[in-house]
Amino acid sequence: MDEPINFVAFSGTDDKLQALAVMTAGAAALEKRVNIFLQYWALDAFAKARIDLDHGLAPEAGPEGRARVDAITRAGQASWADTLRMAKELGGVDIQACSLSMDVLGLEESDLDPLVDGVEGVTAFYLSAGEGRIVFI
Amino acid sequence: MADQQVDARGLNCPMPIVRTAQAVKALASGQTVEVLATDPGSVKDFAAWSKTTGNEMIEQTSDGGVFRFVLKKK
Repeated sequence: MDEPINFVAFSGTDDKLQALAVMTAGAAALEKRVNIFLQYWALDAFAKARIDLDHGLAPEAGPEGRARVDAITRAGQASWADTLRMAKELGGVDIQACSLSMDVLGLEESDLDPLVDGVEGVTAFYLSAGEGRIVFI
Repeated sequence: MADQQVDARGLNCPMPIVRTAQAVKALASGQTVEVLATDPGSVKDFAAWSKTTGNEMIEQTSDGGVFRFVLKKK
């Protein structure tokens, strides 16, 4: 219970970010510490200017998957960003942007949504992760 | 009568647990929360949450697709 669970979020589509948010909120509710390291397209989705936009779905969703996701959204499912905000309110959730991905995407820390706690390199992420599991999404 | 109510009917996983964890945070030790949920996964989820966090499940009933849990804060 002492080791955190660690997510490396790479993909920036809404379905994968929703999976990240659900896994994070569940862990936070169980009082586990969670570290999230945002890379590439996942990081881009946390830009202030884009966080509330439609980020599409993974290719395997297809039109039928799109329709199903739209239906559950209309039924009031919280967005991934709101789910992560609730998880952070529970405590123990730290979200860091990968510094390399910041450079690749041309982002500054001030471009990021307040959900993101800071910018770090992969070494700092491994240090936070300790002996905890690392999950790549 | 529980000290706190959480109406999570209609909410999908993991929201029933997240709302409950938020409510329990505000309680004192020994106080209770009553949760209503319709998510079919909530029966196993609340059992696992209770076991992991140590907040005791003191009642569990279901009625017409609505699950009711009463939990006591550790």
